[in-house]
Amino acid sequence: MATAFSSIGVIQNPHCESRSVPSRKLYSAVLGSTQKFRFNPPSRSISGCSETLGKPSPIYAISEVFKEKKRKSASSSSGLLITKEEGLEVYEDMVLGRCFEDMCAQMYYRGKMFGFVHLYNGQEAVSTGFIKLLKKEDCVVSTYRDHVHALSKGIPAREVMSELFGKTTGCCRGQGGSMHMFSKEHNLIGGFAFIGEGIPVATGAAFTSKYRREALNETDCDHVTLAFFGDGTCNNGQFYECLNMAALWKLPIVFVVENNLWAIGMSHLRSTSDPEIWKKGPAFGMPGVHVDGMDVLKVREVAKEAIGRARRGEGPTLVECETYRFRGHSLADPDELRDPAEKARYAARDPIATLKKYMIDNNLANEVEFKAIDKKIDEIVEDSVEFADGSPQPSRSQLLENVFADPKGFGIGPDGRYRCEDPKFTEGTAHV
Amino acid sequence: MAVTFQGLGAAAALSLSGSFDPNRLHLPCRRSLSVTRLSFVVRLEERIVSGSNLPPRRAQQLVSKAVATKADAASASTASKPGHELLLFEALREGLEEEMDRDPQVCVMGEDVGHYGGSYKVTKGLADKFGDLRVLDTPIAENAFTGMGIGAAMTGLRPVVEGMNMGFLLLAFNQISNNCGMLHYTSGGQFKIPIVIRGPGGVGRQLGAEHSQRLESYFQSIPGIQMVACSTPYNAKGLMKAAIRSENPVILFEHVLLYNLKERIPDEEYVLNLEEAEMVRPGEHITILTYSRMRYHVMQAAKTLVNKGYDPEVIDIRSLKPFDLYTIGNSVKKTHRVLIVEECMRTGGIGASLTAAITENFHDYLDAPIMCLSSQDVPTPYAGTLENWTVVQPAQIVTAVEQLCQ
Repeated sequence: MATAFSSIGVIQNPHCESRSVPSRKLYSAVLGSTQKFRFNPPSRSISGCSETLGKPSPIYAISEVFKEKKRKSASSSSGLLITKEEGLEVYEDMVLGRCFEDMCAQMYYRGKMFGFVHLYNGQEAVSTGFIKLLKKEDCVVSTYRDHVHALSKGIPAREVMSELFGKTTGCCRGQGGSMHMFSKEHNLIGGFAFIGEGIPVATGAAFTSKYRREALNETDCDHVTLAFFGDGTCNNGQFYECLNMAALWKLPIVFVVENNLWAIGMSHLRSTSDPEIWKKGPAFGMPGVHVDGMDVLKVREVAKEAIGRARRGEGPTLVECETYRFRGHSLADPDELRDPAEKARYAARDPIATLKKYMIDNNLANEVEFKAIDKKIDEIVEDSVEFADGSPQPSRSQLLENVFADPKGFGIGPDGRYRCEDPKFTEGTAHV
Repeated sequence: MAVTFQGLGAAAALSLSGSFDPNRLHLPCRRSLSVTRLSFVVRLEERIVSGSNLPPRRAQQLVSKAVATKADAASASTASKPGHELLLFEALREGLEEEMDRDPQVCVMGEDVGHYGGSYKVTKGLADKFGDLRVLDTPIAENAFTGMGIGAAMTGLRPVVEGMNMGFLLLAFNQISNNCGMLHYTSGGQFKIPIVIRGPGGVGRQLGAEHSQRLESYFQSIPGIQMVACSTPYNAKGLMKAAIRSENPVILFEHVLLYNLKERIPDEEYVLNLEEAEMVRPGEHITILTYSRMRYHVMQAAKTLVNKGYDPEVIDIRSLKPFDLYTIGNSVKKTHRVLIVEECMRTGGIGASLTAAITENFHDYLDAPIMCLSSQDVPTPYAGTLENWTVVQPAQIVTAVEQLCQ
């Protein structure tokens, strides 16, 4: 088993030994799937976590089916995990995310955007690794750290930047802002400011998929929902409530934990009794997988299996991606608590550099091609800023639009007419 | 058409008291609805019956009875169709079932709504008919399943989320406030949330403080939602259907003590207007605004008041957010005196908002300060006597009217 994964360069941690899944005949068929989803991990233990050294490594699993497929796929015939085209697509997406976020920081400090802005630098492998495997109809639910999820899902950089600038051309007409990216066209259902509150919404989107298939008899509806959230959220009740419901009804959802070890200034280890989040999956009857979130190829492999499971109707998966944010929690965070040595360790595992090295080492692409992509992305990001700068601010008339889908909800005024029929209403000056 | 017209004519002949005025048939209508009698008749045929178009005979019945019960006499029913009698919870179920038949995207989720049939039997039999997925028994996780309903609504379904008791929805406050009310706006109008959140609330019979809460005061400030309260089988069914059909998120407040009210409702389909108030009893001397269970206390007090020579106008506001300022305003302009009777707490309740709204809009028409009778600001006690004193009783209403009409 160890050899199957040597090609993905799994870092062997001498302290971790592999362990097979104990027999679980007691459990119902739902848990039976955990059996198939079994492999030997080890990825590394959480850095700085002296308590977990010496513990047996986590149980992860990739099904037998996947291993079969891997042998047959073109990329694996050469032992590689990715083709050139896929690799360049993935590289481009990650560079777009990185470049965009860097530009956001610049724009913020120049006073073009305000409020709370949470940047995703360092975590690109998770977003790209998962979202690039989705269809347009699949849904993504994110948190306040959602710019890169939006970009990966396909929302044009222009619309995201405009939204951040608060302009009408933004994806949410300037009404949402950094923490509320939505796109009906691309099925991005938020952007949520409070942690955990998006997970039930994601569960609902997955429920709709199941409902359409089973109650509305759209038998080919196999849409999957991905819910992204962080380590801090995994101590929140909504998370557990949704793990239960998703596993209970076998909803087509993947719970992706972006464990970057820090919830603003609260270390994951200081706030969590058992810091190994992936373990909480089997407790609810779904597979729990831990993956190195700094390596996009590993994330992709796990994502393929988890998304495939959901698509086939086998139910949810909990994937814990060990990752790291290079910047502070938000642009207002001085980021003084984190150990510079820890930051340096993770900076050395920069996902973009890692992928680039893999592709160059395996002769999949050369420096010239990467430079061309870098340049292209620079232009896209510059263009998005220009577009956002040149876009109009919302006018007063936009104030009361969109409060209700049916504006009759504003009620009936003293004159007997619906308030929304009041001409002043559209001016945004109506008294509601 | 002619048959219905005769029905109206028959009703016009009834006069239980000298105060009946055929002109009362011109009940306040929306400008978009025609005010002529002819089109009123046409609308009955077309099955668009709004609450304010209730035939006048109903108003007469309610004066003599505190609680709507069986129709008095055969002649009181409209000559066109006999209608059928049912209890309020059955009316809710009927409305829900009709909507689920009509639109396969309508689904129900909540605790014990499926196999158990609902703790107040509102969803009885629906799981057998529609299946376990369309009538979903959820685990006890209000925040999560309300959020799930919201996510489902955003992706195309029309869920009806039941809180077994309205108070339990306090656990879902995050989802109701942040997601239900706000997401249409923060998404720039991209996602609509056609969800209905319903459940019984209000003070029951010694249910204790936590099961006797009135959540309308907590939810009323949330932008982006509508709130309605049903009080009769007729408006329960109509509001349920309207709430499900609405593209906006609607919170439908039912009351624990009103589920067994019996009334004869029309056989033909009808949907009420979510934003309109209901004229219960037209009058001249004073406007009494109320909703939900207090309507019955008010009507009981009205009986006493009529005997004492007063002529109260009773309006069931029904729409708690937004207020129907047209119906309310017309009434204030006529009577110049306002009494609000509600079950919400004194502080920050619906009555408080209503007082503010009336003062702002109709101050010039008032001859006396607005009086608001609300429940005491206490956690509802268990003891029966104490519980009775927390809510407004008919005697207090009578006293208040006498005071206002001095």
